[in-house]
Amino acid sequence: MSAATTWTLIGGCAAITAVLKGAGPIALGGRTLPPWFSSIVALMAPALFAALVVTQVLADGRELGVGADTAGVALAGVAAWRGASVITVVFVAAVTAAALRALA
Amino acid sequence: MRGTFRPGVRAGLPFAVAGGLLATSFGVLARDVGMPAWAAVLMSAIVFAGSAQIAALTILGAGGGLGAALGAAALMNSRFLPMGVAFAPSLPGGPLARAAQGQTVVDVSLVVARDGQGGYDRGLLFGSSAIQYLTWVSGTAAGAIAGSLIGDPEALGLDAIYPAFFLALMIGELRGGRAKGVAVAGALIALALVPLTPPGVPVLAASLATLIGLVRRESETP
Repeated sequence: MSAATTWTLIGGCAAITAVLKGAGPIALGGRTLPPWFSSIVALMAPALFAALVVTQVLADGRELGVGADTAGVALAGVAAWRGASVITVVFVAAVTAAALRALA
Repeated sequence: MRGTFRPGVRAGLPFAVAGGLLATSFGVLARDVGMPAWAAVLMSAIVFAGSAQIAALTILGAGGGLGAALGAAALMNSRFLPMGVAFAPSLPGGPLARAAQGQTVVDVSLVVARDGQGGYDRGLLFGSSAIQYLTWVSGTAAGAIAGSLIGDPEALGLDAIYPAFFLALMIGELRGGRAKGVAVAGALIALALVPLTPPGVPVLAASLATLIGLVRRESETP
């Protein structure tokens, strides 16, 4: 990777991220928002996390499919549902995916 | 706020450990793509957005152009627009100060920084993000420098860590029926859009599932 590509990539990603993270607080910060707003905010986590999980586990670019990581994450979900800690959950996912790939 | 920074660090610690493992696989990816180790560490230090960094480097590694890589990073990070709106009322000060505080928001903040009154606590936000920043940067360094010792991140199952991490976060959120419905709706919106839109857009669109909160509330009003 050339030095120019490296610097443009890093600078570009940094600027994009800063703008996206700063836009909301600049536009709406420091004011009290109506009650309906907090009921939407409270639901942001389940909506975004569910979308992140399914896209990472079931999508590769624009194609849908399953793999060893899908099985690992499914088993990790069982562990999480039964109250396991985050560390245990990610450990179960990684070990399961690694074991399935070693066997394949 | 000062009183809640340390509890924030503690609350962020398990996520920081998982994030550090993901950062290690990012460091390995960066070296595979031909990025110098120092550049990978610098990128993690000033961008600090895992999914966007991975998306950009994956595209470069597959022979894509710089514009496509930056576009993918922007789409992947577009979820920070609605998240920034969610955090906005909890961040005081002038516009620049608010924007600066907004930079500390990461995915985990949605859960660990809540103040229990419908808003967010800045001490919890800064504390939990500080510890995650530390492991994100040091994990990247470990992967970029010792990548050849680590080998193939997929053989170690490191690619399963990120989704498992979010699944654990999501399951912790599914207390009420409404949250369950929103999670299912968010997942379905994202899956439906995967074949139709570039990566990142499905996750941004899934934030529309939160509007269910609006509809239900109105119908509950006598």
